[in-house]
Amino acid sequence: MSWDWLTWLTSGAILYAAPLLYPALGEVIEQRAGIVNLGLEGLMLVGAALAFAVTAETGSPWFGVLAAALAGGVMNLGFGYLVISRRAPQLASGLALMFLGFGLSAMLGKGYINALIRGLPRYQLPGWGAILFNYDLLVYLLFPLALGLWWVLFRTRWGLRLRAVGEDPITAFAAGISPAWVRYQAVFLAGLLAGIGGAHLSVGVTLTWSEGMTAGRGFIAIALVIFSRWHPLRAIVGALLFGGAVVFQLQLQARGVGISPFFLDMLPYVLTILVLLIWGRAGRQAAPASLGRVYYGTE
Amino acid sequence: MHKSQTEGGPVVALRGITKRFPGVVANDHVSFSVYPGEVHALLGENGAGKSTLVKILYGFYLPDSGEIFVRGRRVRFRSPHDARRDEIGMVFQEFTLIPALTVLENIALFLPRLPAVLNPRKIARRIEQASHRYGLELDPETPVWQLSIGQRQRVELMKLLLAGSRILILDEPTKVLAPHEVEGLFSVMARLKGDGYSIVFISHKLREVLACSDRITVMRRGKVAGSLSRDEATEERLISLMFGTQPPGEVRLEGPPPPPETTPVLELKNVSTRASGMATPLRGVDLVVRSGEIVGVAGVAGNGQKELGDVVLGIQRCSEGRKLILGKDATGWSPAQVREAGVAFIPEDPLAMAAAPGLTVLENMALGAIDRYARWGGLVMEWPQVEQDLTSALSRLELPPLPSRVPIRTLSGGSQQRMVIARELSRDCRLVVAFYPTRGLDVLSANSVRRYLVAAREAGKGVLLISEDLGELFSLSDRLAVMYRGQVVGEFAPADTTLEAVGRLMTGAVVHG
Amino acid sequence: MGKALAVGRWIFRGTSPCQTILRLLVTTALVLGVFAVVLLALGKDPWQAYGDIIRQNLLNPRGLTELLVKMSPLLLTAVAVALPFKVGLINIGGEGQFFLGAWLGTWAALTFAGLPRALLLPLVLLMGAVGGALWGVIPGLLRAKGWVNETISTLLLNYVAPLIVGYFVFGPWRSPETAMYPQTVPFPPGARLPSFGDTRVHAGLLISLLVLFLYWFFVSKTKWGLKWRATGNNPGAARRLGLPVSRYLVLALVVGGGVAGLAGIAEVVAIHGRLKLAISPGYGYMGFLVNWLSGGNPVGIVIMAFTVALIAAGGFTLQITQRVPYAAVNILLALILFVVLAKPWQRRKG
Repeated sequence: MSWDWLTWLTSGAILYAAPLLYPALGEVIEQRAGIVNLGLEGLMLVGAALAFAVTAETGSPWFGVLAAALAGGVMNLGFGYLVISRRAPQLASGLALMFLGFGLSAMLGKGYINALIRGLPRYQLPGWGAILFNYDLLVYLLFPLALGLWWVLFRTRWGLRLRAVGEDPITAFAAGISPAWVRYQAVFLAGLLAGIGGAHLSVGVTLTWSEGMTAGRGFIAIALVIFSRWHPLRAIVGALLFGGAVVFQLQLQARGVGISPFFLDMLPYVLTILVLLIWGRAGRQAAPASLGRVYYGTE
Repeated sequence: MHKSQTEGGPVVALRGITKRFPGVVANDHVSFSVYPGEVHALLGENGAGKSTLVKILYGFYLPDSGEIFVRGRRVRFRSPHDARRDEIGMVFQEFTLIPALTVLENIALFLPRLPAVLNPRKIARRIEQASHRYGLELDPETPVWQLSIGQRQRVELMKLLLAGSRILILDEPTKVLAPHEVEGLFSVMARLKGDGYSIVFISHKLREVLACSDRITVMRRGKVAGSLSRDEATEERLISLMFGTQPPGEVRLEGPPPPPETTPVLELKNVSTRASGMATPLRGVDLVVRSGEIVGVAGVAGNGQKELGDVVLGIQRCSEGRKLILGKDATGWSPAQVREAGVAFIPEDPLAMAAAPGLTVLENMALGAIDRYARWGGLVMEWPQVEQDLTSALSRLELPPLPSRVPIRTLSGGSQQRMVIARELSRDCRLVVAFYPTRGLDVLSANSVRRYLVAAREAGKGVLLISEDLGELFSLSDRLAVMYRGQVVGEFAPADTTLEAVGRLMTGAVVHG
Repeated sequence: MGKALAVGRWIFRGTSPCQTILRLLVTTALVLGVFAVVLLALGKDPWQAYGDIIRQNLLNPRGLTELLVKMSPLLLTAVAVALPFKVGLINIGGEGQFFLGAWLGTWAALTFAGLPRALLLPLVLLMGAVGGALWGVIPGLLRAKGWVNETISTLLLNYVAPLIVGYFVFGPWRSPETAMYPQTVPFPPGARLPSFGDTRVHAGLLISLLVLFLYWFFVSKTKWGLKWRATGNNPGAARRLGLPVSRYLVLALVVGGGVAGLAGIAEVVAIHGRLKLAISPGYGYMGFLVNWLSGGNPVGIVIMAFTVALIAAGGFTLQITQRVPYAAVNILLALILFVVLAKPWQRRKG
């Protein structure tokens, strides 16, 4: 295993981790407020398609990212309306959002499938970093974002109230907090981040669009949230793990290793199920208390 | 004991408070006042109306009639928010704490003015100051789930203090404390009192009330039975105010109890359970129910009755001891096996514990003995038979009929109870475990249930009757056991004891070794 | 006007099956109206679009039979969701179970090709059900033990199943003839489901209706159906009453998976005659929608399966005549689900 290959793997892992980490961080916020969003996949798809389309039209990938973020936020507010104001079951509502995302993204991206775009510009860190660090701004933003999210969750009034709502909305209400308002804010932010995650995939990593290109990353992000025990910094580790797995199996496919590409493609999903299996039990202890009803019982 | 400062008028006065809930008058023209720097105890049995009264004071409920005065000023509380603004704070029996957050975070949540960026050090300092001043030792950084119940209670108190409350309402604070923790709480209360705080202290435990209060108000069945100062209060006076003279139940046992050699239907030998959360663990419970007798279990709710029922039914495992049903070792039996052996169960909360809310009354009825109604190996259900069984069970119990094809959740609580009773008592069973079976029923229905229990006894079944109605227990039991803190602290034939003695045992007035 | 309001209120407030179905039809009509606006925004003519759809799919005998063709798997995948739902589980894995059923059934068809039809066809169908059941037992066990929520596990497995099929279709089972689209060799005639006349409507439709009937009978008439419903309604009380809740959870997903697997193999043996990658335009997900929209009511399932099949067929029509991508259908279905979930006829619940 050469040093080159290792650096290549690591930098690939980081690059592929980014589209997973954005929605995961958003979902950390959402789940800390007590909401499980199975529609992340739909949000990401719309983000990817819209970012690609807008970039193709305007020539600026940053407009694409912006459009994707806004679209994600607004769409998720629709989901939020269902689960917060209408008290609709969270899992089913998330699935509705997923379907919407499937359809909307396909329509948005239809005309642009073979378009060539200029992706997000990449920047190298000076010195030794040049070998490893050659990414677009969205990747560089991830670490400060995760750090900032940690700080907001644990060091500000807003974060404290958010966590209280996710643990016990009734007690939070007794403390004068409006759980609905807090949850709407969380939902909007999660939508923003999911949209950015999708955008990064299409205009930052692959520079293409195809139907369903996120291939389940939205669900893997949810597993990531459980794996990281709802902690923004630990989510980075999990995302790197998955990013690494994706890159690893792509590498194996490219090298023509004897294993069928089909089995290699299964790797992320099987890994996700294993992760849920191993960390699921422990995760239940660490989960925001009000989520338990969503996952295992009467909501 | 400090004398209450009656000069200067009460800090809080409630006059003529009346509050009705469906089917019951919780507070009936109640008047109650609290002075600064005093500990005022509200004493009474379960259901006496104490909790409702203080919840009205805290703005949780609106009274149907009556007035509230704070410092001489008439007020209307539309929510606890209003009450908190008038410096009234309450510690509920179910703590409003978030276990996953730290002590500091829990307190911060309830602080009236919290800055957008938290300053944990400042809050920690305030916590430490109050800690030292009143003896509420707390580590701000500990997550609440690691704290014992006594420590959590201190956090709740701290929340009130730091939010600026001067009138502190404590709802059954000693219910969940160990004896030495109770001492600690009393010394905290004494210090607070010295600083001019007023404390309203709800309890049903005589000794504690006598140990720490300046004044005692006794409630019974929604009314104020009497109000005494500490000097005037004695155990006897308080007990008689609490329980009054119960009219004997209209249903009585007939015929002698079975001789001791009769085969027991249920035997619990030295049964203990592990403590978990807020549940009361059983400690070395010995209990025998023979066929043809009714064994009553008296006790204030929360002293282990639920755990006792769960162990008998097989839902909870005992960590020690053995359980025998009809002579066979049933310690490891599943609930299905227990039921099949002939145990019928009337739960405390029928809708939550024994019924499927979305299914119809008829379907719920069938759940009691599904296999009996199945034909052709289960392919078809004999619904007419179910209907017939339901109607005949209800009429045998002299209960009013029930609509059978509506979802059971649309019925009133009493009706749900009746369906469960009809279902359970119509089974072929040898042991009936009945939890508060007449709670929520009108007098006629209650008496018919009692008549059924008596008939079951005559038919040779064993009945374990858990109830909070002492009159009912006295008239229906062959033997009466008293539970306190997970132990059986006394067992008598009703003829050999008095209401007062049992009341004492129930409230821990006499500490039993 | 007052009468209209009263009728509206009657339709929307009631809970009887009749009112539920009426409510769904009204909802569908409303959403179709919204979709018309969307079409307008896309520069298409909604009247013409809807007219095309009706002409091609409802007024055209060929189109009508195609609807029945699409309904057949939908009925099954809806039951695959409905049955576990009665025990309180959300099975969104119909798609994966569909593929696994197709896969295992294909294995049987290829391995036992020599058997006479009377033996081969039932065996193939049976193995299809077993394949789907296998894909259901995993999430079932994970949920029964309390490790992984079944919605997430079934979703993830949906992505894995087509990959398994892909491996075999591109690999060991690949037919040497067709170089363009990988698929297996054609099945022996003994493994094919017969069709009616020269339409594509096949005996699988009868199987689907039979399964639907069995589902209805099981759930509402038998004692096990009662036990399952009690478990789904109040698992705590069910445990107290002695019901084996964990066992039911696993069984429900096994049987549900089996039904979806049956849909998969039936589709393969009836329509395609060989295993290939493109055997499902999302039947599993559409079945989920059908169930949710109909509330598990069997008549509702038939009606909503027809409606969803019509919408899907309409999507294909629009793709051809109006150049609207088929994916727009997903938007429509999602919008209908949104409205149903939001329950606008109930007072604000929040």
